[in-house]
Amino acid sequence: MSEPDLEDLEIDLVLEALLRRYGYDFRHYTRATLKRRLEKRCQAAGLVHLSDMVPILLRDRDFVDLLLRDMSVVVTEMFRDPDFFRELRSKVVPQLRTWPYLKVWHAGCATGEELYSMAILLTEEGLYERSRLYATDFNSQALATAREGIYPLDRVEKFARNYRQSGGMASFSDYSMARYRSVMLKPELRKRVTFATHNLVTDGVFGDMNLIVCRNVLIYFDKVLQNRVLELFRDSLCHLGFLCLGNKETLEFSSVAADFEVIDREQRIYRKR
Amino acid sequence: MDSKTNPRTIRAIVMGVSAGGLHALQQILPHLPADFSLPVMVVQHRAAVGHGFLADYLNGKCAIAVKEASINEPLHAGCVYLAPADYHLLVENAETLALSIDPPVHYARPAIDVLFESAADIFRENLIAVVLTGANSDGSHGAMRVKELGGVVIVQDPATAEVATMPAATLRAVSVDHILPLEEIGPYLAGLHGSTHEPASS
Ligand SMILES: C[S@@+](CC[C@H](N)C(=O)[O-])C[C@H]1O[C@@H](n2cnc3c(N)ncnc32)[C@H](O)[C@@H]1O
Repeated sequence: MSEPDLEDLEIDLVLEALLRRYGYDFRHYTRATLKRRLEKRCQAAGLVHLSDMVPILLRDRDFVDLLLRDMSVVVTEMFRDPDFFRELRSKVVPQLRTWPYLKVWHAGCATGEELYSMAILLTEEGLYERSRLYATDFNSQALATAREGIYPLDRVEKFARNYRQSGGMASFSDYSMARYRSVMLKPELRKRVTFATHNLVTDGVFGDMNLIVCRNVLIYFDKVLQNRVLELFRDSLCHLGFLCLGNKETLEFSSVAADFEVIDREQRIYRKR
Repeated sequence: MDSKTNPRTIRAIVMGVSAGGLHALQQILPHLPADFSLPVMVVQHRAAVGHGFLADYLNGKCAIAVKEASINEPLHAGCVYLAPADYHLLVENAETLALSIDPPVHYARPAIDVLFESAADIFRENLIAVVLTGANSDGSHGAMRVKELGGVVIVQDPATAEVATMPAATLRAVSVDHILPLEEIGPYLAGLHGSTHEPASS
């Protein structure tokens, strides 16, 4: 067996151990990225072969937590892709106004930056008071950060710039308070938010959503899992509800393509038929 | 296996370029015919802006199709796939490309190492990796993996590179198969067309 084939087998063993011991299923994540992440952990732990992780992860919960953190890369920022938020304001908000009550789901919300961006947008559009937001991720550590809403000061400049480019109506500092070397987002922004752990691979439908935002998560899934999660979103949306994906993700060619209308192709905004 | 006596089948080309990249790509890609028999994957470092501008521009200048890779991108011969700005490009299997927004590697996203290493794992001895002009050392780890798995590494002659740092770093890291001046890289790759065998070494 060649080295890459052996490594492939070792990855299978690690994934099988994670699944059978802890119920985490990464078998349908993109292999190439998975492999990089596992190799990095293997090196950091001073291990030689990927399969050396198996006996450790079966018994050492701390090691498993490290691995889970590796699998859940939480690269994110506020108002990431300002153009997306701009289109959201102009194309989706007018429709949201027609509903008396709004349910919004951020799936894979990571450390919460995107969620707070949405809370600010809804506030400025006068919709926040009639909204309920659900912020979910399978990484409970990231969710804990999201719940706190405290971010390092050195990231604020980027946040504020994105906010302005996204069509923000006020000043970013109106929504945050500086504290030492960090900023805390105003608690009002999370008073209508429910944070919950939810694994898109294994957990079920979140019913009757008017808007689902899931950006830069499907990118890590293979086609089979992408379809399964997209079906979950379709079934969680109300009639004429909106679905927003990341900049490189698309409904085209998916199993649910026919169930949605394209609202903005470039910004990946779709509406359930 | 000795490539000199036993010519291997080439199934894919990967390319990495940084500072000076647009010029280098413009010198190379127009040599490839529209029905080129291999897929070509390219990582160019650039600012995180522009929606496929580079791909559109090069597509207009080349016979071979040039496009920005998207999620689940099927891998076809006769197409050049560029990594989108701010995303890593990876080879998922022999039929599919993948993207990721995992953190930058050596400050770069897309990173050449990420493309090369994933491509080496899939195509092994059937891969050619090309390192072009650039101002950092991205690509040298990837080139190491390509060599470990029996693939071919070509480096732009640093003397013909707008910025020599990157090709020089690869030359230090691995013993490469060919060092070619910029103007010979396009014709060399075009020479792979149809034969799918590595040309005799020059
Ligand atoms: C790159 S972040 C995207 C954050 C944010 N949506 C954005 O676009 O800025 C990906 C997130 O997906 C989460 N994720 C990955 N697999 C998941 C799963 N099976 N279920 C729920 N969340 C998952 C990760 O924990 C991580 O927080």
